Amino acid sequence: MTGPKPVAGPQLAGQTSWASAIRLKDAGGQLADTVFYALVLFCALAILAVVGLVLDELVSKSQLSWHAFGFKFFLGQNWDPVNDQFGALPFIYGTVVSSLLALVLAVPLAIGVAVFTTEMSPRWLRGPLAFTTELLAAIPSVIYGLWAIFVLVPLLRQYVQPWLARYLGWTGLFEGPPYGIGMLAAGIILAIMIIPIISSITREVMTAVSQQQREGVLALGATRWEMIRMGVLRNARAGIMGGVILGLGRALGETMAVTMVIGNRPEIARSLFAPGYTMASVIANEFSEATGDLYLSALIEVGLALFLVTMVVNILAQLLVWSVTRGAPARTHA
Amino acid sequence: MPEDPINASSKAVPQINLRRRLVNAAVTFAAVGAVILVLTPLVAIFGYLVYRGVGSVNWAFLTQTPKPVGEAGGGMANAIAGSAFILLLASLIGVPFGIGAGIYLAEYGRNRFGDAIRFTADVLNGVPSIVIGIVAYGIVVLTQGHFSALAGGVALSLMMIPTISRTTEEMLLLVPNSLREASYGLGISRWRTTLSITLRTATSGVITGVMLAFARVAGETAPLLFTAFGNQYWNYRIDQPTAALPLQIFTYAISPFDEWHRQAWAGALVLIVLIVVSVSAVRIAASRGMLKGAN
Amino acid sequence: MTPEPGTEIGIQVDNLNAWFGKTQALQDISMNVAAKHATAIIGPSGCGKSTFVRCLNRMHETVRDARVTGRVRIGELEVYNGTPAVYVRRHVGMVFQKANPFPTMSIYDNVAAGLRLNGFSDRRKLDKIVENSLKMAVLWDEIKGDLRKKSGASLSGGQQQRLCIARALAVEPQVLLMDEPCSALDPISSGKIEDLIFQLKEHYTIVIVTHNMQQAARVAEYTGFFLLGRLIEFDKTEKIFTTPSEKRTEDYITGRFG
Repeated sequence: MTGPKPVAGPQLAGQTSWASAIRLKDAGGQLADTVFYALVLFCALAILAVVGLVLDELVSKSQLSWHAFGFKFFLGQNWDPVNDQFGALPFIYGTVVSSLLALVLAVPLAIGVAVFTTEMSPRWLRGPLAFTTELLAAIPSVIYGLWAIFVLVPLLRQYVQPWLARYLGWTGLFEGPPYGIGMLAAGIILAIMIIPIISSITREVMTAVSQQQREGVLALGATRWEMIRMGVLRNARAGIMGGVILGLGRALGETMAVTMVIGNRPEIARSLFAPGYTMASVIANEFSEATGDLYLSALIEVGLALFLVTMVVNILAQLLVWSVTRGAPARTHA
Repeated sequence: MPEDPINASSKAVPQINLRRRLVNAAVTFAAVGAVILVLTPLVAIFGYLVYRGVGSVNWAFLTQTPKPVGEAGGGMANAIAGSAFILLLASLIGVPFGIGAGIYLAEYGRNRFGDAIRFTADVLNGVPSIVIGIVAYGIVVLTQGHFSALAGGVALSLMMIPTISRTTEEMLLLVPNSLREASYGLGISRWRTTLSITLRTATSGVITGVMLAFARVAGETAPLLFTAFGNQYWNYRIDQPTAALPLQIFTYAISPFDEWHRQAWAGALVLIVLIVVSVSAVRIAASRGMLKGAN
Repeated sequence: MTPEPGTEIGIQVDNLNAWFGKTQALQDISMNVAAKHATAIIGPSGCGKSTFVRCLNRMHETVRDARVTGRVRIGELEVYNGTPAVYVRRHVGMVFQKANPFPTMSIYDNVAAGLRLNGFSDRRKLDKIVENSLKMAVLWDEIKGDLRKKSGASLSGGQQQRLCIARALAVEPQVLLMDEPCSALDPISSGKIEDLIFQLKEHYTIVIVTHNMQQAARVAEYTGFFLLGRLIEFDKTEKIFTTPSEKRTEDYITGRFG
């Protein structure tokens, strides 16, 4: 551990020949670093602030309604603004039923598309298929609604609903006049809208399953479907569940397309042909016309309920998806 | 005699094999069916948009304001301009905050606090857009006393911020750490490194993320229903109700007038074309490396 | 070891200790690195040689939970003890194991980066400095026509590393630290860089980490052998490789472990 004996070394600070030729700005970067940090921290805190703002606005402005009706708000069936009577049950019912109907229709189709895209389709087809599913996700809600009003609804009214009434009317789900407009239309258009998100998450978690899993099952002599079922779907189960729940969250909050075809009647009915109303739709339709503080507060309370429900559902979904993809940064689904 | 295990094979289990193969075929058939069923509405929607809309998208449509009810003609020019105006406001707020938050998360936020922010951003992403509208109503419309373009812009910016912050973070994390080290090694300060090296390398990805967020909010209607509210006329003022393309489509679609229905299709076609074009343009520019940044 | 009379000290290290969180990576390192000579740092994987070198320009701090005690002086400059890290790094150049030119910048911009991003903007002087740096790095003739057209990342591996050397030289450091600069390169490119080090030695104090003992023998006048975070032996290269004082050094040199 020896070296050359210490002898005076060259000066450094500001006196060497090169320093005069190149005058570098002095290291005052310390202040700038702190300012920069503060700026980006401020932006990040803004996200926290926004959520806080959301909660604050919803809670404070729904107080009036909460104090007036308490918990019965969510159990009452009577939505009568004229007489200041507000019961939100029909909206809850409508939201739940339309979303569940959407799930029943969307999940098998979405998983089917995902399975086909990842496991069955020829390589050259995969890109285009994924692209077109993403394209479905890019269509704005109002355009879905427009198409639903003028294409889907007449189709339902003229062909589908009479058929359903004739052959499946005994279930009690398909009774009443075939308006076209109603819960069934809402469920169908919602299904179309949530297929892309369920499908793309399913695809994501399916591709995350390692190739060894697939090969292991195939080596046992399984058919392709058996390999998919046992080697892929079983492992991706949690993630697929997460994708489904994410789709549910999306359906619960969907506004425009549903508003345009659900009929906007605050009533609970068993038949899927009947018009209904969802939480998002009542806000969309009545908020700007709401007269009176209680009316507005009631609508905001509906909004608070919607916010809480979708938040819980989305958190659950995120946790499930993270458990499979190990917390990689979330992809934004357009 | 015990069966010869090596030669026994398929003679003993032909039925099971056949059943399994049939199931396999059936599932394949079902999957293909699912694909067809899913692609059908896509084709149908785009088809109808073109079929019902193309005839009505003409110069008059693109340059005139709506005519009074009952009169034929008129257009959605003010709605197109209004959308542009509102989106500009939304971007002015949403993009800086979103990118700033993304920089924080990538460069300073690899810790629990950063996780909390990430989580909150994801929660915010899932909030129904109508609820965002309520919030913007509360903080802008009630304060100003009337509907306004600003309120609409704020509502949309609240939706852009979490999306942009997550994509920005993702893109910045893709920049290899060796580049940051090279920069520090030259004595370049941290903030300069983050902006001139890290962010610059990730530029094309960040811009793509911004455009995707932009395209997503461009088609949003619900948050504008009681913020921007809509307007029959031109509006350039930030504090007045403003028309927007999705709003106009909605109003016309649910109206009882055929003339307005026709224009709704035209407006929808214009909207979807604008969205698809802007997203594709950005994707193409990014892949051609025309956006400054590394591939 | 008999020191050459009048050899200046380039870097003086006293009792340097370094930690990653709770793990101690360097223990009590003391050495005097000769100015305007090349000093090689050798040792098996994980012995702390990279950490040591990164402590000299305070790059070690960029890792989370990193801690350093001790004293390092480069000439009259106290590396720790009050000097801003950024200031230190502007006077010490570093070349990394894998060449890391800035991919969005042209060759010219890469070399000029250290100056530009530190506030220097005189166009003509910049041109001269870039040219000089590239000449010193023996890259000028190969790319002088494509200076602004080609991106830094489009060069070959060996050229990229020489570009990084030019970039480091452009800010005219006193010391050049090289952390296994040739380990990702083919023998011919490595050879070119070794030739380069020979030339650079006349102007700069060079510390080169290498796992290639032959390279150390070819290039450096002094060599330090590290093992498990300690400096086992530090002496003239000739002595280390022919008659080392420590048994552990001898074991490593002769390949008994490593």
